[in-house]
Amino acid sequence: MTVKDAGRAARPVARAPRKGAAAAEQERQQQESAELIQLLTPEGERVEHPDYPLEISAEELRSLYRDLVIVRRIDFEAIALQRQGELGIWASLLGQEAAQVGSGRALTARDMAFPTYREHGVAWCRGVDPMKLLELFRGVSHGGWDPREHNFHLYTIVIGSQTLHATGYAMGIQRDGAVGEDGEAVIVYFGDGATSQGDVNEAFIWASVNNAPVVFFCQNNQWAISEPLERQSRVPLYQRAHGFGFPGVRVDGNDVLACLAVTRKAMQAAREGQGPTLIEAFTYRMGAHTTTDDPTRYRLSAELESWKLKDPIERVKQYLIRSEQAEMTFFDDVEAEAASVGARVRAACLAMPDPTPMSMFDDIFTAETKQLAAERAEFAAYLDSFEAVGAGTGEAVR
Amino acid sequence: MTTLTLSKALNEGLRKALEDNPKALIMGEDVGKLGGVFRVTDGLQKDFGEARVIDTPLAESGIIGTAIGLALRGYRPICEIQFDGFVFPAFDQIVSQLAKMRYRSLGSVRLPVVVRIPFGGGIGAVEHHSESPEALFAHTPGLRVVACGDPADAYTMIQQAVRSDDPVIFFEPKRRYWDKADVDTEGGLAAALPMDRARVLVPGTDVTVLCYGPMVRTCAEAAVAAQADGRSLEVVDLRSLAPLDTETIFASVRKTGRCVIVHEAVVTGGIGAEIAAEITQECFYSLEAPVLRVGAYTTPYPPSRLEEHYLPDLDRILDGVDRTFGY
Repeated sequence: MTVKDAGRAARPVARAPRKGAAAAEQERQQQESAELIQLLTPEGERVEHPDYPLEISAEELRSLYRDLVIVRRIDFEAIALQRQGELGIWASLLGQEAAQVGSGRALTARDMAFPTYREHGVAWCRGVDPMKLLELFRGVSHGGWDPREHNFHLYTIVIGSQTLHATGYAMGIQRDGAVGEDGEAVIVYFGDGATSQGDVNEAFIWASVNNAPVVFFCQNNQWAISEPLERQSRVPLYQRAHGFGFPGVRVDGNDVLACLAVTRKAMQAAREGQGPTLIEAFTYRMGAHTTTDDPTRYRLSAELESWKLKDPIERVKQYLIRSEQAEMTFFDDVEAEAASVGARVRAACLAMPDPTPMSMFDDIFTAETKQLAAERAEFAAYLDSFEAVGAGTGEAVR
Repeated sequence: MTTLTLSKALNEGLRKALEDNPKALIMGEDVGKLGGVFRVTDGLQKDFGEARVIDTPLAESGIIGTAIGLALRGYRPICEIQFDGFVFPAFDQIVSQLAKMRYRSLGSVRLPVVVRIPFGGGIGAVEHHSESPEALFAHTPGLRVVACGDPADAYTMIQQAVRSDDPVIFFEPKRRYWDKADVDTEGGLAAALPMDRARVLVPGTDVTVLCYGPMVRTCAEAAVAAQADGRSLEVVDLRSLAPLDTETIFASVRKTGRCVIVHEAVVTGGIGAEIAAEITQECFYSLEAPVLRVGAYTTPYPPSRLEEHYLPDLDRILDGVDRTFGY
């Protein structure tokens, strides 16, 4: 096989294959589904996987369902708030609830999580008040929760940067001697687009050579704004891990149980000193990249429709009903609770005050420099000058 | 007092920092067994172990990015960027993450990370090994930017930088690594001048010459030469480039009425431009002449056979001084 041919053979879909297109596509789909770790089918049927046995009580299952419904509701509310002008922008997690809740609920309190800007479901699992997320998208703060309080780092907007922070943090765990059966581990979230970033690849290398206790959780939602996966990779993303020297797995990202089991196992391996794992959660971004995006310009509705059949919430509901692990009143109760969380989020967003103008000078250094103190005083005097001539709000806006 | 090269003074300062704080770590390319390409970290891995003096993979963004993570975990990483021109792969992590994370967190996060960068030219190096990118960092809110100019400051300032709870970009004048001077390694830091203060190196009365890093020695030599012409230069080593010690700068300029700012970096948008604006605003009525800059022309760093023409030297500095007397 020539080098050129090797490249073509490795390429899954981008160019016209030599076989019939339909046969090749079928083969590709079969291969992908064989690689995919799944414990709950889209139809709500519980299946076993030899490497990922999962015992889960009815109560735990119901709790996961509740998480899924509530985070979708928070997301729904936030989109509406953006449409009404209350948020500047919102990055929807619609379709990715299972990937986030499954992985988020696999963490222990001591584990540390590093998110992108779309991990609202993980934030929920880590106990971050949804209002803190809305603050960021409303423009009230750039984050504003204490990462140590929740062991959930601030949202990182530059694509992939946080993978290095997570890896460094994991190296700190090693130096603290906190690796072991009861040890600590780190999970870092990023998307399919991020896998093209240098920082993500550097993080893979650092984690690998240091055997750092970090799990790379890639939510492959198929789209980096308008660019499909083919623009990022010629190989399935999870396979990249092998080149860096650690295991990679692909999990059904719309299957909360599989995400839970796979993440749990990878985190435990990391905790015990077995080093990093790359998890590719195969999912789909059901909504726009953000509220400013228009996916109708670059993708077909048929694709969206096919993914609707794999909805992460509906399959849990079906399983709960069929296996008689929940009464119908349970679903009504969860809906009611989600509605009340949504209403609370909405009310709190509308009531959220703007930060004071003077606060822009806060928290740049641990001790304020003379320069900043002088600029602070200058700006305060400037604001006061409006009050002095009776033209503005002066003190009132501070 | 011990006589040390600037490189050895940094080495001793780093050793002290590692001894004083068990959370301090050194990380960078070739900093371990080799002791760094300039030997600044010589012997430290042997004495403090591979967990504290870390030979990293060859990727600068990775160095700074993982240092941020270590700092979030409570460590105090001291990163070495091997040469000035190699900091740019890490520029995003420095500017977008290191500088801004405290602000982003409303003060709940602190990142005590030191980024050591050997900078400046004059060693006959190939491209990317002689640059002076300090203004790019001084322009970025959230970073402290300092430059040491002699072995004594190198010894104390590196320790102060490690103790700082804010990120510090620490510029080292690479062509002065081999300069020797007496260093007080017994005195401790309490009596040392804080790293954000400038120092009047040579007192004078006729013109203020502001400089930092590799130009400190050159300007001190210029003061001696000017003395022969009957001109009294007051040489001020800025030491801190962000924030600037404007108090010391203004006091000197108000006294002399003239100012020449000297740096190796290009003058356009540089540290000198910022200082000139500050002086014009605050010392306008004390000035006898416009504030002048002596620095590199707005060209990329030229091939090293040209660097003697490119870099400010004694004559260029004295020419600048002469020009301030032409008004």
